This record gives sequence, structure tokens and C-alpha cells, in this order.
Amino acid sequence: MEDVKGSDGLGDTELRLGLPGTSTATRSAKRALPEGDEESHDELRRTSAAKAQVVGWPPIRSYRKNSFPGRKVEAEAAAGLYVKVSMDGAPYLRKIDLGVYKGYKELREGLDNMFKCFSLELSRREGGSGSEYAITYEDKDGDLMLVGDVPWEMFISSCKRLRIMKGSEARGLNSRH
Amino acid sequence: MTYFPEEVVEHIFGFLSSHRDRNVVSTVCKAWYRVERLSRRSVFVGNCYAVRPGRVMARFPGMKCLSVKGKPHFADFNLVPHDWGGFALPWIEVAARGCPGLEELRLKRMVVSDESLELLARSFPNLKALVLVSCEGFSTDGLAAIATHCRGLRELDLQENEVEDHGRQWLSCFPDSCTSLESLNFACLKGEVNACALERLVARCVNLRSLKLNRAISVESLARILARTPHLVELGTGSFTVEHRAEAYQRLIHAFRKCKSLKSLSGFWDIAPRCLQAIYSICPNLIVLNLSYAPAIQGADLVKLIRHCFKLQKLWVLDCIGDKGLAVVASSCKELLELRVFPSDIYGTGTAAVTEEGLVAISSGCSKLNSLLYFCHQMTNAALITVAKNCTHFTRFRLCILDPGKPDPDTNQPLDEGFGAIVRSCKDLRRLSLSGLLTDKVFLYIGEYAAHLEMLSIAFAGDSDKGMVYVLNGCKNLRKLEIRDSPFGDAALLENVGKYETMRSLWMSSCDVTLGGCKALAAKMPRLNVEVINDRDDSDEMEENPSDMHKVEKMYVYRTLAGARNDAPEFVEIL
Repeated sequence: MEDVKGSDGLGDTELRLGLPGTSTATRSAKRALPEGDEESHDELRRTSAAKAQVVGWPPIRSYRKNSFPGRKVEAEAAAGLYVKVSMDGAPYLRKIDLGVYKGYKELREGLDNMFKCFSLELSRREGGSGSEYAITYEDKDGDLMLVGDVPWEMFISSCKRLRIMKGSEARGLNSRH
Repeated sequence: MTYFPEEVVEHIFGFLSSHRDRNVVSTVCKAWYRVERLSRRSVFVGNCYAVRPGRVMARFPGMKCLSVKGKPHFADFNLVPHDWGGFALPWIEVAARGCPGLEELRLKRMVVSDESLELLARSFPNLKALVLVSCEGFSTDGLAAIATHCRGLRELDLQENEVEDHGRQWLSCFPDSCTSLESLNFACLKGEVNACALERLVARCVNLRSLKLNRAISVESLARILARTPHLVELGTGSFTVEHRAEAYQRLIHAFRKCKSLKSLSGFWDIAPRCLQAIYSICPNLIVLNLSYAPAIQGADLVKLIRHCFKLQKLWVLDCIGDKGLAVVASSCKELLELRVFPSDIYGTGTAAVTEEGLVAISSGCSKLNSLLYFCHQMTNAALITVAKNCTHFTRFRLCILDPGKPDPDTNQPLDEGFGAIVRSCKDLRRLSLSGLLTDKVFLYIGEYAAHLEMLSIAFAGDSDKGMVYVLNGCKNLRKLEIRDSPFGDAALLENVGKYETMRSLWMSSCDVTLGGCKALAAKMPRLNVEVINDRDDSDEMEENPSDMHKVEKMYVYRTLAGARNDAPEFVEIL
């Protein structure tokens, strides 16, 4: 059954800017910038994630926000829709902007083009069921996931990097495509 | 004064322009109440749920102009769920029966349906002005009804509304016999309009002084329109996408030169920097300039333009103007009264465009400044103290540091002292919005010094209940208090419950107020509506009958003579 609804139990459901994992106690005048470097990197990363989620901030009318659809895309690009793409066996990585693709199909085509020079088969058109390679990605939690399972919008907001894996390794990840 | 005949008293009241003054004189005695109510022509209702429409019509039978406001201010930032309320229809229905001679209607943050507009168009033969600001719920069909039936319409002003596009014919619905338009603003419409119909309309409305076009109007069309309306005082351009070598552009420059009366410019969507030259001839006469929808214009280009605008009183720009650009404004625009600097990089990821330096520069050059809205990446106490010294005439001061809770970057201190200096120095301050890292101390200052403060917006600020209590106990003229994400709870809410009957409204979201606290407030103050607004996603939770210890996500409290409203959606609970 439910826990007693003490203030701690509800802390997680409150909408606050506070960084995930911190309590209200940290919101004091004495809050200075974090001491350690590793802390501040982490904090910066979580702060920008938290920033993106604060409803109604900055206080700009939706009318004005919606007037700049172009600018929004620019901002998101700057915000890190660029992800590294590695391919097993390739000597160097590439970087792509997930924001320029409209969906999974365009993404696969884009990756096709990019990694053609390594003479590797990416397209599932070849050889029916068994593709040589699988496109996987590392998500926000650090887990290795198969590309294509979740809705596109959800994917681009959680994808941190892409990895094109050899078929032999990828077998465990294959979904029922 | 009962020995004065009523006509004399009425005549004296005629000199009172402010509705607040009229409200006050009507409380002196029954005789004055009667004279005042029968002679009031212009009625202002700040909260549509504070009073029933019928009561307004009954009290003011001679009403000619009505203004009504609906949703709370934070609705602008998506903090109020979509179907919360604020419907215009009941007001229009009642006015249609009780006040058919209505001449002017102004609605802000209300839900206006096409049905309402159709009823409006058919019910008020003398309607001269319709102004809709930040409204939603209607389409171009409703506008077509207005255009068709409102003979003698002088002003149609649509500001920042969400309007559904059902086609371009609405403008053609103005009959050929319509020549009365003096002001037409459809800048917020997304769809196309019939350009020919528009050109003919403006040509035959010889008294047209204010015209604001939408983005769909091309430069070619603008040039033709301007050629027909050389007496325009206010212009909002449409899309300014044009090659500067094109003939249309040359014709436009020529047309602008002929418009000797132009004092206000806005629009400029998609304008390329080079095309700004088109308006150089107008700059020396400009009083109002709104370039806040022109992201392609960077600081350097703006600066060239602004140097010529020495009469400018109101300037709205994007922060791409930069601190250096603001310094140029400071040296060129000595008459500046209002400045708004909007962020172009909303997600705060790019380089800082304006900082405290820009604001300090403005303050040292523009000492007459009385209204400020400034979005920036950082602010210091030293800067605010300097601004307070330079500009003592602020009536509206809204500062938004984009990073919530950010301290003074030079000293790591909260910005209490900076804002404290502002409230101490600007004795006429009526509206204040805070941001940055702030403790209870800033509220102590506000309570003590901001004697005329009427509206206060608080976000991510304060340490404890004491902060809110300082404000409630101190600011005698407070009318609207809106708070989000701040640690104020039941103790603060219940400290001075009588205060809320002297105010229009209180909004608190993501604070520490509990359901029990809200219930206690409602129980103590029957003439307040205490609305608990649940997020749609939590609707499952609602059915569980939450305990009184449950924190309330959104609470809206307002004084009312009308009791609980009967149009509240299921996610709003009125205690």
C-alpha cells in the first residue's frame, strides 16, 4: 500500500528546478558554486537537462516562442543533437546532427552515405533477414539500445551516441524487424 | 455635497478619467453612488470571475465601453491548463440583452469562440472598437462575421491571439460601403488574406491611421498599400523577404519617403539586414520601434538604424543587439521611456548576448526610462545599484535572468541588494518581476520600500515563509501576486488572510502550500475563491481523495462577489 505521505515521499513529485537528487535543504542563500571539478561538470550537464524541462521558463509568451521555429532548431543543434557515430572496424568516428533527420529512414540513409566508404553493408535491403550490421545507440542511462524501437522524438532526446555494430555482436539486440 | 444638484455632481465626475477614482467616489454616499453609476461610460473588470456580468450591466446601464480580463497572467507561460476557463460568451450574451448600445469591447486572456464573435457582430449596431489581446478559441470565420455585420467599425485590433485559419475570405467580408476603419491590426494571423481586398479596403478608409499586417503580406503588396495610405501613423509590416535590388524594394523605399506621418513601426519578419535602409528616412520621426521579430538583424545593423532615432520613446529588440548596441541606444535615444530586450536564444546555450553592462549603459544614457523588460544571462548587484541611481522613474521593472536562481557572478552573492536598491530608489514602482538568486531579504526590502507596488512576480526565490509574509504585510497597494517554485507554505498563506480581499488575485504554483492550507483559507474567507488546479496527468490521483498534507501544484485565489464559478473543468477544484 501507499507510504505515509510525508514531505520526503512527495519530494520526487514536486516540480522544482533543484537538480535531480538534491533536497530542498540545498536551496539556501549559502548555496555557492560547487567545489570540485567533477561535481561541476556533472552539475552543468544535469542543469541543462533540468533547464530544458522547466515548464514556463523563461517567461516568454508562447506566441513569441512559436514565432521563431527556425531559431529553435538552431538552439537545439547547439544544445547537442550532435552525436558521435562509431562503426566497428572503421578507423575514425563521425559526428552527425540528429536534428536534421526527420525519422529513422532518413537516419539510416544518412548513415549509409556516411559509411559507404568503408565498403560495409548497412542496408537491410541486402540479404533479407540477416543484416551484417545493426545500428545501436547509447541512451541517457548509458545502456546500449537498438535503434528503431521508440518514437523518433523520444529517440533523439535520449540518444547520446550511435554505434554501428557487427552482426555477430548485435544478434542479442535484434528486434523482430 | 447633497446640496449640489445631481447634474453638477455628474459634471464634476466627468473629469475623473480613471475607473479607480470613480470606484472611490462611488463609496462616499448613496447619492454619489447613484450619480456615478448612472454616468459611468467605461467599465473595467480586471477578473471576469470576480463579478457576474449581469451585475455589471445592472449597475452601469449607461455603459459604452467594456474591458474584461480572464486568465491569470501566468497563463502566458503555459502554467494554466488549456481549458481552465475565462469564457467571453457569457459576457457578450448578457451585454447583448442589457447593453445593446455598446461601442467598445476589450478582452484580454479570454476564450472567445466564433459563436461569441457572431453574437457580438449581430448584437451591437454601434460597435466601434473590438480589441482582443492574448485570446484564443476563434477562427477567421468569427472575424468574417465581424467584418460583415459591424457597420461603422473603427478599430479592429488583434494582438497576439491564437487564431485558427479557415481561409482568407474574412477580409473580403468588409463591405464596399465600409470606410470607417481607423485602426486595423491582424499581425497575429498566420494565414493569408486576400491582398486585393486589403488594398481596396485601405484605400477607401481615408481615416486609417494604424495598420499592422501579418507575415503573409508580401513586400510588393506592402508597397502598393503604402502608396494608398500616406497618412499612416502606425505601421506593422508583413514579411520583409525581398532582394534589395528588386523593383518592389525600390518602390517600397519610395513609398516610405512619402509617409511623413509614420511614428511607429513593427513587424519586419524575416528582414535581411540590408533592407533596413528602407526605413532610414522615417527614423528621425520614430517614437515606437519594434524589431523583436527580426532575428536576422544583428547588433551592427541595428546600431546603424538606431543612431537616427533620436525621438524614440519605445524600443523592443532582441538581445542580438548586444551590450555594445545598447550603448549606442543610450547615446542616441535620450527620450527613451520603455525598453524591452527579448532573448533570441531561448534555450540558453549560445554566447551571452546582453549582460549587466548593456543595462548599465542604458541607464546612464536614458534617465527618463520608466518601463523595462530585460532578459539577460547574468546580473550583478553593482549594476543594479548603478541602474537604481541613474533611473529613478521606473514604474515597471522586469528583469529575467535566464538561469533560474543564478547569483551575482562577480561576488557569488544573492541579488537582494541590487533589487533592494531598485525599490528604494524608484518610489513610483508599480510592477516588479524578480529573478536570480534571492533570499528572504529581498522581500524584506520590498515590503518596506515598495509602497506603490501593485504587481509582483516571483520565481525560484526566497528561503522561507518569512519572505512572502514581508510582502503581504508591507505592500499596501499590492493587487496581484504571482509566485512559482518558491518555498512558501501554509504558514505564509494563512498569515494575513484579510489581505487577499484587498487584492485582485494570488497565484502560487510549485510552492509548499498544502491542500489543508487551501481549505483553511477557503473556510476563513468565504468571499475568496480558492481554486486548486490539478495537472491533467494527476487526474488519477485526484480520485483517490488526496490528504490535506498533499502539496498543491497550482493554486489561484481571487476575491469575488460571484461565488464559485459554475464553468470550472474537472481538474479545477474550488474550495
